[in-house]
Amino acid sequence: MLEIGTQHYLVLSVVLFVIGVTGILVRRNMITVLMSIELVFNAANLNLIAFSFQHGNLTGQIFVIFTIAVAAGEAAVGLGILLALFRLRNTTQLDSAREMEG
Amino acid sequence: MDFITAHGFAILFYAFAAAAVVASCFVVTMRNPMYGAIALLVTFLSVAALFLLRHAEFLAFVQVFVYGGGIMVLFLFVIMLVNLHRLKETRMFGQNAPVAAIVGLLLLGLFASVFVGLAFAPADAAPAAFVTVDGAAAGNSQAVAWSLYRDYLLPFEIVSVFLLVAMIGAVVLGRKQ
Repeated sequence: MLEIGTQHYLVLSVVLFVIGVTGILVRRNMITVLMSIELVFNAANLNLIAFSFQHGNLTGQIFVIFTIAVAAGEAAVGLGILLALFRLRNTTQLDSAREMEG
Repeated sequence: MDFITAHGFAILFYAFAAAAVVASCFVVTMRNPMYGAIALLVTFLSVAALFLLRHAEFLAFVQVFVYGGGIMVLFLFVIMLVNLHRLKETRMFGQNAPVAAIVGLLLLGLFASVFVGLAFAPADAAPAAFVTVDGAAAGNSQAVAWSLYRDYLLPFEIVSVFLLVAMIGAVVLGRKQ
C-alpha cells in the first residue's frame, strides 16, 4: 500500500476520467463542460506518464507533449465556439443550441 | 519522523491525488464557473506534482506553464468576457442528468472490475532512459528534447501545423460577424 506503483496511478486516472466524463454529461454550462474535457485529458496524461515510468521508456512523455498541444488547440477552438454561441444566444447553456442554423 | 522519511513519496502521492480528486469534484459541481476554474487550477498543479513523482520533471513544468498558465488564462478570460449574472435562475444540470450520473457510475464499475487483481512489477526507481543521452548522463529535459527532435521530428512538425490551424480557427470563430 505504501509502495506507489503503476496501479495507483491507474486508479487515480480512472477516478479523474470518470469525474470528467460525468461532468461532460450532466452539466449544462458549456464552460464547465470544456473544463471537464480538460480533466479527461489530464487523466489520460497521468496514464501515459505512469506507463512511461513503468517501462523506463521516454515515448510516453513525448506523447504527453503532443496531448498537451492538442488540449491547448481544443481549448482555444472550444472557447471560440462558446463565444460564437454567446453572441448568437446571449447564454452559455448548451441546450440553448438546438438548431443547426442561427 | 521516521515514517515520513521512509514513506515520503507515498505520502506525497496520496496528498496530491486527494487534492486532484477533490478539486475535480468541485470543477464539476460548482455553480459559478469562476470557482470551477480555480478548482481546475488546483487539479492541474496536483497532476504536475504527480508527474514530478514519476520523474517526468520536464512535463511537470510544461503542465504548469501550458495548463496552469495558458489554458487557465484562456478560461478565466472567457468567463469574465461572458459575464454570467443570471446564474441564479438557470438550472445547473440537464434533464438527463440522473441517467448520465448512472452511466458515470457504471463506467467506474467497469474500470474497477478491470483493475481488481491487476498488479505490475515494481518499476525501476530511476529509469536510465529518462536521464541519459547516448549513454552519457543528462537531465530529463535534455533526454526528452533529444528523443523529441531526433525520433519524433515529423509528429512535432505536424503538431506545430495543427496549432497554427487551431489558432486560425479560434480567430475566425471569435471575430465579430
